[in-house]
Amino acid sequence: MPRTVKMKVFRGEKGEGAIHDYNVHIDDGMVVLDVIHRIQATQAPDLACRWNCKAGKCGSCSAEVNGKPSLMCMTRMDSLDLEKPITVEPLMTFPHVRDLVTDVSWNYTVNKRIKPFKPKAKEADGTHRMFQYEVDRVQEFRKCIECYLCQTVCHVLRNHGKHEEFAGPRFMIRTASLEMHPLDVEDRVPFIKEEGGIGFCNITKCCTEVCPEHIHITDNGIIPMKERVADRYYDPIKMLFRVLTGK
Amino acid sequence: MAQYTTHDFDVLVIGAGGAGLRAAIESAALGAKTAVVMKSLLGKAHTVMAEGGAAAALRNADDRDSWETHFRDTMKGGKQLNFFRMAELHAKEAPDRIRELEEWGAVFDRTPNGLINQRNFGGHTYPRLAHVGDRTGLEMIRTLQDKLVHMAAEIFMETTVTHLFKTSDKICGCLTYSRVTGEFHLFRAKAIVLATGGGGKAFAITSNSWEYSGDGQALAWRAGAELMDMEFIQFHPTGMVWPLSVRGTLVTEGVRGEGGVLLNKDGRRFMFDYIPEAFKNDVAATEKEAEQWVAEVAAGKLATVRRPPELLTRDVVARSIRAEVQAGRGSPHGGAFLDIATRRTAADIQRKLPSMYHQFKQLANVDITKEPMEVGPTCHYMMGGVKVQAENGMSTVSGLFAAGEVAAGLHGANRLGGNSLSDLLVFGRRAGWGAAEYAKTASAPSVNEAEVAKAIEENLASLSRKGGENPYAVHKDLQDMMQDNVGIVRTEDELKQALGALDELEKRVDNVSVEGARAYNPGWNLAMDLRSLIVISRAVTLAALERRESRGGHSRIDFPSYDKKYSKVNHVLYNQNGQMALRADALPEVSPELKPFVEEA
Repeated sequence: MPRTVKMKVFRGEKGEGAIHDYNVHIDDGMVVLDVIHRIQATQAPDLACRWNCKAGKCGSCSAEVNGKPSLMCMTRMDSLDLEKPITVEPLMTFPHVRDLVTDVSWNYTVNKRIKPFKPKAKEADGTHRMFQYEVDRVQEFRKCIECYLCQTVCHVLRNHGKHEEFAGPRFMIRTASLEMHPLDVEDRVPFIKEEGGIGFCNITKCCTEVCPEHIHITDNGIIPMKERVADRYYDPIKMLFRVLTGK
Repeated sequence: MAQYTTHDFDVLVIGAGGAGLRAAIESAALGAKTAVVMKSLLGKAHTVMAEGGAAAALRNADDRDSWETHFRDTMKGGKQLNFFRMAELHAKEAPDRIRELEEWGAVFDRTPNGLINQRNFGGHTYPRLAHVGDRTGLEMIRTLQDKLVHMAAEIFMETTVTHLFKTSDKICGCLTYSRVTGEFHLFRAKAIVLATGGGGKAFAITSNSWEYSGDGQALAWRAGAELMDMEFIQFHPTGMVWPLSVRGTLVTEGVRGEGGVLLNKDGRRFMFDYIPEAFKNDVAATEKEAEQWVAEVAAGKLATVRRPPELLTRDVVARSIRAEVQAGRGSPHGGAFLDIATRRTAADIQRKLPSMYHQFKQLANVDITKEPMEVGPTCHYMMGGVKVQAENGMSTVSGLFAAGEVAAGLHGANRLGGNSLSDLLVFGRRAGWGAAEYAKTASAPSVNEAEVAKAIEENLASLSRKGGENPYAVHKDLQDMMQDNVGIVRTEDELKQALGALDELEKRVDNVSVEGARAYNPGWNLAMDLRSLIVISRAVTLAALERRESRGGHSRIDFPSYDKKYSKVNHVLYNQNGQMALRADALPEVSPELKPFVEEA
């Protein structure tokens, strides 16, 4: 039903600012991003927000809607309690730029530290053979749209600010997608243990809950990578074997 | 005088979708000092929206395929207006470009014997689209992005180009601003590759995002380069129509490739009523034949019968849906029904079309495994753009290159689905190579400071102007005007009206005022994008007015069929002392060895 709603939107620069109130007329089926656009077009043309595809495929419009990190383009207004004001704030885990925009460049820096894909040699007929059952789990991780909602909710980053020591869920599964790639011959287990800081994750699964692509970040990505780290570094029998054989 | 920071590069790539990233990879690999600037963050460009796949005659799913058949299909889909040499290079090189992506880490869906799987798509004779479910574009952009970040190329995110500069008729650089800070940056470059995509934001109903404002075409035209085939706009037949807020959002052709059918409100499978004469032999004659085709394909067998009419080329399907709606047989919200629920199992649908499933579930409260979707045409792609040389992507201005949607020639009057992603790879690489080669012998560029100062002044005008119009209001009026007058079907009167309206809108664009400061100010950013939108809107309208026939992505109510007079001409738009002028160029003669694969149109 078309109606007027009260929006409380954070406005300001570099963390300094305040919540501004806007009364907005909304129509059927609108999402939060539509409402932000309507505010831009009619009340505050300089209201900053990042967006692109408006279809949940590019991961640009992440913000905290009523305190919950969400994609604004996929959050329908009728899924919210419209009797109360709707709050829209920038992601808390990254440095603030302006209004709803944050500086997510740290994520790009982390990504660059992960060793690139390194394929094994092609088969004799010049092809690479991989079977669907082998690539299913890698394809799950590669669905990631880099919205960084998982990074935003992860308490290791959000509450403890361990950006220097912990790569965050996004890059745990990015590493997993390379490590589990049937053609890849690189070794990133030392990276994920040391620089990646996988030990900081205590499997609260907040990342999985918030993932708009429904990737099982913890169960299918982080836990198997933790197992690889444990196998390599903490398995007493393997440690003994390594000492004896020198491998 | 306004401040700016200066950067020097051999090759500057503008845009970081598939074409821009592929161009940058090639240029950097060849040792040119390379940078990429992009309006959004890295990895967010419109390529992520591409769903169905990348067309290449890999012959994994059906070994009857060949580059010659791909060439023939592309020319036929383009109504023979394509630059044949581009269609030839594209068909020949696409398989290598796809295999190269796999070598860089892309994980395509597999055939039972472990090779890259390929799906059927409109206008392609055989299953030809390498794909990853319905998120092929994301896979492609992520693969290219992760390849590029480990190369020696500099990346400038959220940076928009507003002016190109030339010295002695050669490209020498461009002015940009950082969206984040609002500060200006001058890039001096020996060669520039435009990879800026299209301009769908000139229309009200579009699958395109805000970035698609035709910057590359407008920059090129202003710099004296020629545009071509601008009248041909692809209205993708299946965009969402409800709720209004998602009107235009793309519904992949993959739905039909997987067996989805189009129905009118009476449940009639109306595409059988709209099969054009030229395609009669390629399409199933009965529903039974179409069903058999789907059954064979779904079972992973080679099709022994002809394909369903839903897989006709996009121009045909879009016009058919429109005709049904006009005749009062549309769905409740003015579209057609697209049904996959009764065709495939729920498990198949969720596996093959996962993002469509989520998109409808979340945005429209429709479960596509149980109910039909409502779909209608949406402005999707510009076949026309900057006129380039096939081999190296150079425009008619020395040192200015273009690749991908911003360039013209490959697709002629209508693009086949799946040919865009392979276009980005084939011609992105060629433009990157062309630019790097060109830069080797080009002299160090210098840019005239007075021109930079004037450009900055133009960019800042809307911020200091008081009492002008809101840029959002002007944009909306432009979109509505173009949708009404220059949309999916056109007439002489409406096109003439549009030209008049564009003169008015241009004045309004020059008189917008924006509030606030320069840092991350979308109102100010839009004010600058509007200037590009006016240029491309005029180019589309002029070319559409001149082509008094219907062909591919250009439909005239007053001239509803092909006219031989236009069957071998491309319309070229050029800059005549600041005014847009048009001429008709004869199409290059197809080489003798390719003659057997082209048909009269």
